[in-house]
Amino acid sequence: MEILQIDLFLFLEKLLLIGGIITFSLVIAMYTTYAERKVAAVIQDRLGPNRAGPFGLAQPLADGLKLFFKEEIIPLTSNKVLFIIGPALAMMTAMLTSAVIPWGSSINVFGRDVSLQIADVNIGVLYVFGVVSLGVYGIMIGGWSSNNKFSLIAAVRGASQIISYELAMGLSLIALLMLTGSLSMKTIVEQQMSGGWGGFLGWNILYQPLGFLIFLICVFAECNRTPFDLPEAENELNFGYHQEYSSMKLGFYLFAEYINMFISSAVVSTLFFGGYDIPFVNETTLAASWGGNIVAVMGFAALFAKIVFFLFLFMWVRWTIPRFRYDQLMDLGWKKLIPLALANMLITAIVILWLNK
Amino acid sequence: MASLTNRSKVLEQTPLNFMERLYLPNIFKGMAITFSHIFKKKATISYPEEKRPFSPVFRGLHVLNRDEEGRENCTACGLCAVACPAEAITMEGAERQKNEEHLYREEKYAAKYEINMLRCIFCGLCEEACPKDAIYMSETFAPSNFTRQGFIYSKDELLIPDPTTNKEGYEAARGLREAQIKK
Repeated sequence: MEILQIDLFLFLEKLLLIGGIITFSLVIAMYTTYAERKVAAVIQDRLGPNRAGPFGLAQPLADGLKLFFKEEIIPLTSNKVLFIIGPALAMMTAMLTSAVIPWGSSINVFGRDVSLQIADVNIGVLYVFGVVSLGVYGIMIGGWSSNNKFSLIAAVRGASQIISYELAMGLSLIALLMLTGSLSMKTIVEQQMSGGWGGFLGWNILYQPLGFLIFLICVFAECNRTPFDLPEAENELNFGYHQEYSSMKLGFYLFAEYINMFISSAVVSTLFFGGYDIPFVNETTLAASWGGNIVAVMGFAALFAKIVFFLFLFMWVRWTIPRFRYDQLMDLGWKKLIPLALANMLITAIVILWLNK
Repeated sequence: MASLTNRSKVLEQTPLNFMERLYLPNIFKGMAITFSHIFKKKATISYPEEKRPFSPVFRGLHVLNRDEEGRENCTACGLCAVACPAEAITMEGAERQKNEEHLYREEKYAAKYEINMLRCIFCGLCEEACPKDAIYMSETFAPSNFTRQGFIYSKDELLIPDPTTNKEGYEAARGLREAQIKK
């Protein structure tokens, strides 16, 4: 009977927050596709989409509508159940991670402190890892059930890539966790906020530059973004694991990729760039004079700005670097990143011990 | 071994040095290049709204000319058809009747004049061959149609607008021509 004793307002507030964040990430993912095309265009000296609406802003809507109205094709030889589960799983895992990201400090609504984090799990970082690992299944199941050799090759590539890079990612984070001593995302952000210069000197990037670099590279690999986009290599594998997909199921895969990018950017910003910390501003003194709600919104805006920067970085890198060959990919993951991450971990541990002595 | 052409390049096969093996500095270099391209002048234009200027000698679709009084210049001499290397032009001449002086400038005119735009190679030899300034090439290009038959342009598609009934259309078409001649 414990469950019935949940505060009704808490239930309501979390429901609203979940709805809000899901809508928000969907809209962001939509406009990330637009931004991707625009960034690709300006980097290649083109204009990019500019027909639908002012500056082509209605382009993602048009794309979405098109995907909805396309015919759904389920290949005759495919495994129908898995074929449908694949994109659903990809979308779900992409969304799930957003639950533990602190989108801001708390805002005060009708005398209630509403935290802008869906769940402050004390193993937040582990949760993120778990969910991200589940993301492989979306690719794997989609590629397997399509019953097509290109899709299968792509799925196997994707799975091996994600599993390989997860190791380096985890190792690079262990060094970070030694510093923070906590797995809760909220605590990690609050620790960074308490640093000098209005929190800027507390940012983990200053203490873990190598760890950040490794983490970022692994994030690129986990998101299947160029230079690690082997699972969906258009010119080698005919679009990879979602080759047989059409209509909104394809849309789900494409969307999941962009949501993954968005959430990964949020995770990177949270772990290494102070999350919702506004640099060079002391939030507590500001909150005293301006009111907590305004500062919370500003904090969210700061986090959003960081996320936008990383989204841009994703695109920027995509339109700069060519794809890795498969053996280069494995070489980088196993022979370079993992030893580097181990060394980073060791050095961090030694320095922490040295300073605590 | 002596090289045959002196143009062969010796391939540099020294192993990568440490900075190159780090890979990242070169990635940053590449990213700096792509970033600088964001601020470069765009190579493309928004086509239907913006158009690139044509060269003065541009050869587009043909126009059959009229004089200021709206009379057709063409006398169906057939020189254009003879000059045409693609044999895209056919015509049939006819004699001008008593009451048709306001329609045709000379005693003979083209009753039928057709250019097959699928055959035409837009070389402009018809324009050069014409002694009466009756045919010239405009700046219109990229004709489109649903049928092959539609690409055979007859007189109604080729004739310049009549200055007595459609002065603006005539002047617009002529204006381009004057500019062409001046250059």
